[in-house]
Amino acid sequence: MSLASELLQYVLSGLTMGGIYALVALGFVIIHNVTGIINFAQGEFVMLGAMFMVTLIGVGAPTPLAIILSVILVMIVVGIIEFGAIRSAKKASPVTLVIITIGLSTAIRGIALLVWGTNPYKLAPFTKGGPYHIGGATIVPQSLWVIGTTAVLLALTLFMFEYTYWGKALRACMVNKFAARLMGISPSRMSLFAFVFSAALGALAGMVIAPITYVTYDMGLMLGLKGFVAAVLGGLSSTPGAVIGGLALGVIESLGAGLLSSGYKDGISFIILLLVLFLKPGGIFGTSGTKRV
Amino acid sequence: MEDLKRRKRLRHSLIALFTVIIFILPFIITNNYYRSVLVIIGIYTTVVVGLCLLMGYAGQISLGHAGFYGLGAYVSGVLTSTYDVSPWIAILLGAVGTGLVAYIIGIPIFRLQGHYLALATLGLGLIIHVVMMEEVDITGGPSGLTKSIPYLSIGRFELNTDFKYYFLVWIVALAAIILANNVVHSRIGRALRSVHGSEFAAQSLGVDTGKYKLQVFTLSAIYASVAGSLYAHYITFISPSPFGLMTSIQFLVMAVVGGLASIWGPIFGVTAITLLTEGLKYIVPKMIPQAGGEYEIVVYGVILVIIMIFLPEGITSGIVNIYEGWRHRKELADVTSGDK
Repeated sequence: MSLASELLQYVLSGLTMGGIYALVALGFVIIHNVTGIINFAQGEFVMLGAMFMVTLIGVGAPTPLAIILSVILVMIVVGIIEFGAIRSAKKASPVTLVIITIGLSTAIRGIALLVWGTNPYKLAPFTKGGPYHIGGATIVPQSLWVIGTTAVLLALTLFMFEYTYWGKALRACMVNKFAARLMGISPSRMSLFAFVFSAALGALAGMVIAPITYVTYDMGLMLGLKGFVAAVLGGLSSTPGAVIGGLALGVIESLGAGLLSSGYKDGISFIILLLVLFLKPGGIFGTSGTKRV
Repeated sequence: MEDLKRRKRLRHSLIALFTVIIFILPFIITNNYYRSVLVIIGIYTTVVVGLCLLMGYAGQISLGHAGFYGLGAYVSGVLTSTYDVSPWIAILLGAVGTGLVAYIIGIPIFRLQGHYLALATLGLGLIIHVVMMEEVDITGGPSGLTKSIPYLSIGRFELNTDFKYYFLVWIVALAAIILANNVVHSRIGRALRSVHGSEFAAQSLGVDTGKYKLQVFTLSAIYASVAGSLYAHYITFISPSPFGLMTSIQFLVMAVVGGLASIWGPIFGVTAITLLTEGLKYIVPKMIPQAGGEYEIVVYGVILVIIMIFLPEGITSGIVNIYEGWRHRKELADVTSGDK
């Protein structure tokens, strides 16, 4: 394989993972913008989506039905969590809320361990056929599913923000919570909506990536963290930033793993995180995050 | 003023009483398993005291303390087993190195608002863990160091039993508590409490909040490193698994359970969670035989959520607050009934 096709291969697989990171990052950004919470449980939504899907397929549900049911299930679970844990601590300090989401993520992972065990599950690709060859690189059909789903979900998210009542209300909340409240938008209802919407994004990300990576109870940990790095890369409050951050992270990670060392694949993203925090804490597209008194 | 002096005396006598209890305990408890649990509690207490200082007084959380703990353990382990460095010098080198890493990471972080420290330390902890796994030539990779780590010794006196090691570990833990106590009641402590109240108010009064936070963060990393070194010389074998994210979360749970703004919190939190974990290891396999892996994380997670919702200042502070509230109401009732 020539270097050019090798590079193309890394970029393609990087874009596949990057799409997933982008969806997770998008969920982070939406919740952070609306509620100010850094939701450490975001990765667990991804895992839950994949796990529900594996279970439903296992009992014989057809793929489209399994997808819809899994998304709804994850949305219900997250809705209950928002209602039960986040809302009852709404007046708490930001540190407390961060610790609560760390606790939630740990508890969800633990419950998944008890329910589904430590064994990895495999999910069949959505469609048969392939792999396809492009310029010396190969791509499996499931990667196309991932990239396509990411694109559709991003378009849907942007459409929702721009053109629907709920999206506009959400944006109003992001800009000025107090003014939004005066306009009759309930911030607590918006918080629930942000969590449930992010849950749906996460769950769908989990389902499309499942046939490529295997499904394990602790898959959410790394995906959540990478999504987070992507969000920071994009500035933590910008939706397009999160998407570009996710795709960029996926490609950098893939190139780094391929050209430097595969063992350090996970290390690379965190070195990027530290570098961004050191050099441009407002994200690569954002302004400086340092506040002055 | 009188009240302040009385409180200071009370604090000192409490520490003295606690020290006496600590030194009598291993003579009463002769079972080796219980003694080893007490040694582990001492090691964890050293880490958690530092973490509580950081969380309670600098208002920041670290998710990378297992990394600092591991750094100390690996510096000690590798230097003493492979390079025959004196264990005491290795502990010192580990502490200085870890402190330096924390300081460098902290410089940009404490200039930022928000919870970047949680993320940066999380990332740092994971990088340290990846290095432990990957640098097989130095660390032995996932299966751990191949050469055994020597016991610590004072002169010719080798600390090779739980009983002997117990005293060293708890002397270190007590020193950590006393030092932390002094920090809390010093200028730095007062400055940091003002940060916890209102950072802007503190800054406008000329408190360099970032500098103090950075110092406390560095100190807490050094605590973790020393505890890690002690762990390495106690177990005499190290592999990456006890230094992962789970351990960082475990430290967080211990700190949160004990309460962040009290120096007694860590001891309570560490003891409660260690006993709980040991208890779970005993009970869960009997109840759910097929359960495997780190099932205790369910309990950790639930504890974190429940405590943060209902007792955000931790169990020890929570009990004190409830008691004070009750006393206050009682006094109020006495006064009003006196009026009639």
